[in-house]
Amino acid sequence: MKVFLLQRDRDLTVEPELQDEVYAAMVESSANPFAVEHAKRNRERERARHPEREVERATPLGLLAEDLELETLWQAMANGDEYLFEAARRVLLSSLRDPETIVYRQEVLVDCLEHAEAVRGIYALALEGLEIERKVGSLWSGARPGQILRRSANAVRLQLDVLRRLRSVAAEQRDAFRSDGFRRFFAMLSEELSDDYLATVEEHLEELEFKRGLLETAVLGKGLKGRSYVVRRERGRSLGERLVRTRRTAGHSFQIHPRDESGARALEELRARGLNDVANAVAQSADHVKSFFTTLKLELAFYLGCLNLHARLVDRGEPVCFPQPLAAGETSLVAAELYDVALSLHLAERPVGNDVGAAGKALVFLTGANQGGKSTLLRAVGLAQLMLQAGMFVGARSFRATVCDGIFTHFKREEDETMESGKLDEELRRMSELARHFVPGSLLLCNESFASTNEAEGSEIAEQIVRALVERRVKVFFVTHMYELAHRFHAEGRDDALFLRAERLPDGSRTFRLPEGEPLPTSYGADSYRRVFSTDVPGTVARPG
Amino acid sequence: MASTEQAQSVEVMSPDDRSRHDGSFASILFPDGARDAELEARPEPDFFADLNLDQVLATLTATRQEYRLEPLFYLALRDVDAVRYRQAIARELERDDVRGPVETFARAMRRVRDHLAQVEQLRHRLQKQAWFLDAVAIHCSAAETLATELAHVELEADGLRRLRDYVAGYVGSEEFAVLAGETRALEQALGSIEYAVHLDGPRVTVEPPQEQPDFTSEIEATFARFAHAAARSYRAEIGDSPHLNHVEERIVELVEQLHRETFRELARYCEARRDFLDPTLRRFDREVQLYLGYLELARRLGGAGLHFCYPEVSTESKESAAADTFDLALALKLGDAGERVVTNDLELRGAERVFVVTGPNNGGKTTFARMFGQLHHLAALGLPVPGRHARLFLPDRVFSHFEREEDIETLRSRFEDELVRVREILEQASASSVIVMNESFASTTLEDARAVGAAVLRRVIELDALGVYVTFVDELASLGEATVSAVSQVVPDNPAERTFKVVRMPANGLAYAWAIAEKYGLTYERLLGTIPA
Repeated sequence: MKVFLLQRDRDLTVEPELQDEVYAAMVESSANPFAVEHAKRNRERERARHPEREVERATPLGLLAEDLELETLWQAMANGDEYLFEAARRVLLSSLRDPETIVYRQEVLVDCLEHAEAVRGIYALALEGLEIERKVGSLWSGARPGQILRRSANAVRLQLDVLRRLRSVAAEQRDAFRSDGFRRFFAMLSEELSDDYLATVEEHLEELEFKRGLLETAVLGKGLKGRSYVVRRERGRSLGERLVRTRRTAGHSFQIHPRDESGARALEELRARGLNDVANAVAQSADHVKSFFTTLKLELAFYLGCLNLHARLVDRGEPVCFPQPLAAGETSLVAAELYDVALSLHLAERPVGNDVGAAGKALVFLTGANQGGKSTLLRAVGLAQLMLQAGMFVGARSFRATVCDGIFTHFKREEDETMESGKLDEELRRMSELARHFVPGSLLLCNESFASTNEAEGSEIAEQIVRALVERRVKVFFVTHMYELAHRFHAEGRDDALFLRAERLPDGSRTFRLPEGEPLPTSYGADSYRRVFSTDVPGTVARPG
Repeated sequence: MASTEQAQSVEVMSPDDRSRHDGSFASILFPDGARDAELEARPEPDFFADLNLDQVLATLTATRQEYRLEPLFYLALRDVDAVRYRQAIARELERDDVRGPVETFARAMRRVRDHLAQVEQLRHRLQKQAWFLDAVAIHCSAAETLATELAHVELEADGLRRLRDYVAGYVGSEEFAVLAGETRALEQALGSIEYAVHLDGPRVTVEPPQEQPDFTSEIEATFARFAHAAARSYRAEIGDSPHLNHVEERIVELVEQLHRETFRELARYCEARRDFLDPTLRRFDREVQLYLGYLELARRLGGAGLHFCYPEVSTESKESAAADTFDLALALKLGDAGERVVTNDLELRGAERVFVVTGPNNGGKTTFARMFGQLHHLAALGLPVPGRHARLFLPDRVFSHFEREEDIETLRSRFEDELVRVREILEQASASSVIVMNESFASTTLEDARAVGAAVLRRVIELDALGVYVTFVDELASLGEATVSAVSQVVPDNPAERTFKVVRMPANGLAYAWAIAEKYGLTYERLLGTIPA
């Protein structure tokens, strides 16, 4: 019995670095509502004890999360629920690479949006299924087969009840849901949990109580010790016969004395030998159904997060669309009214949307006035790409883009606190670390990289890197003030480069739009000066924008 | 004080020793038939402790207690043919393809004994019978396997060939076929019994199985759709001792009632087959361990670069030689500590009979003496001896006289005690004996020692016996053409360091000085130990 709601015919694959203690808590102790919190608290304590390990933790995914401010996104998806937060985090950072799977997920999400109530109902059933472990108690090591069997049979009985209700939901909703994912899921429930099957299981569970005694066959082993005990079922009898305890006709009997303790232990051992395999089978089944509920909870948690986010955005009147993923080939990214979702969640008013026409463009420079919206657009692109590859909707009126093999960020950072290296050193080191992960088809977002040195040097360094990346088919979006850099590429008149410039009105105000425009030698720092000091920079003339 | 009782073993062959001169097989140790009676309760020879042969024996038998190898190790051969019989066997047993089948057989016989021990320990009649059946089965299988494996091996040694023929004959015999057949039939019959047990509270019912469906399989099939590859196992550990608890015992008794015929057959079989063990094979199983144990020691030392060889033996010529030989007991002890063993050469030419060994103490003199004694006993056991090659005389007896604790019982002086022992030795020794004496008469003055020592040595020479005489009296070394002087060496630059080599050379007159200094604790080493640093 498989869930397969996040990927066709496969369970969710989470990036290795995200399979930490918190993930373990989510997967193994899913019955414990506090497990995730505990794990997170422990992790925080560890971090506080060893702050020097922070540097090690700066992996590409870690940097990506920080630079794009993904926490804001996840919190919106979580809506206060730690489990949803962690689920969202893992799914988003475990990007899909295959357009077909992305569409698969989108369709499931559409169903969730259209049938939110029913989906939340299924999630609740998963939680109930997981509660069962607390009800029947967990097994201690050294439990005997008899105890294992009794406890597991109880668990299975309770689980079946939940599964039955899940099947009812499936029966009701089959026709309303249209995604491949849900259709398969509901069909699976109907087929695997047919009435006949459930009846058989019930019957077995009853027989496993062995109310009329336990029958085993054995052969004589070494020294006449019995071995190869196999539990037998009495051959079919009428209902009447089955209800009445009959005398055994064909054999010889004896009875142990009521106070014969060692005799009682001996009988227990005989039972255990026979029941060992049966107990194992039932216990493993209970485990598996529990595992099914765990996966169901995990996968639906992601979709519930999406529902939360969707509601927030729609509430604010922001446009939201399902993007079109393009297979790897000629690279492309085309958007209408694209905005930064995380920013939107912060602001009171709606942020400005931008159109981006980067079809066939491997290299995009964003230049222009300070506070002109360059970084914001960069983040918007990153977020949209990430959400696209998570199978989600994106913050735009329309969006289509080639699927990337890895999304990377190289943003301007705070001073290195340990002062172990200069800023440039730090930037170079960070880039070098990222470079180890680039492959053709990767996407790199640079935000004022190498601004820590003078323009001549920075341009030179950046140019080298950009040329190499483009050669290797790594797509680059570069926000920069370095005129030298942008100009050099612009002067080549390349087909595969796009130049966007932050708009500045004659009075100096920004529109936060970035239409196409060639790079200019100034970023209008004079405007900032005037704003701050309420007077012009001495000796400058406002240039036409 | 040692008694004078030393059984002069005249060869007495009792009728049931099955002495055969017709080439058939009774013993892997003796070509002319088994000597079970002689080997029974044979005491340790007097010279064993002095020569440290008791230590060698202890190492040999450390993991082989059950075989009681001691008498086998005590009984020396005096017949060159008998020695050669054993040497050929030992040589062949060095080969892996010969030793392998023998060791396999030994392991199987051990299992048979373990089973018979269980038969003794178990309480329940039926259990005893079942284990007994298994013991016989293992015995039959062991014999068959031995016959088969030996058939495929090239054998030269007379003893091993005769063994092969014997085993083949045994396994091919009518009686064996019947035994093996009955055994297998019973194993089959018991193995095919299936029974059903119904447990209902305190009530246990045993009944014949009625082809009821396998519930375990049904359950597993039903729950298969919940199966999943890496599932954790919930199977509990259930003990597996061979003992039946009393409930199991009662169940078996009821099973017996359901299969009376088979169990009756089993009881009859056990009664009839009490003496199933073939005595010759049993004897072989024990006796071959002398070879196996000793060869294992030799292999161990061989790893440290020490050689063993099969000596040429003679009861006629007393000319002796050995190259690169060593004290076996010492080698075993040093080997364990990882230290180097010094080897020595020795030779007695023409009329030479006795080594008179002098030199500094701890220089290897006593070791040399022990080695000489050991060589002769080991050669007489037909086993390979330490050294690259050797030629040795087969003595009628070996005597030793080493310094001993004072005997409080007698009121005689220590010196007299020693003299009494010496006299006893000289009375019992013959021209064919080997006598090893170590620094006798230290419990008297130098003058007396010199005089008495000379007298004793002359008597030994008169006997024409072989021997080693370790002393500090240098003059004795040149008593006559029968004596050979051997001196333990020191390193020239550092006189306090011994080389443990003993070399033929005239006594150098220093031995006495060393001895007296030692006696008063005034040697270099002793003083270093005494005076605080």
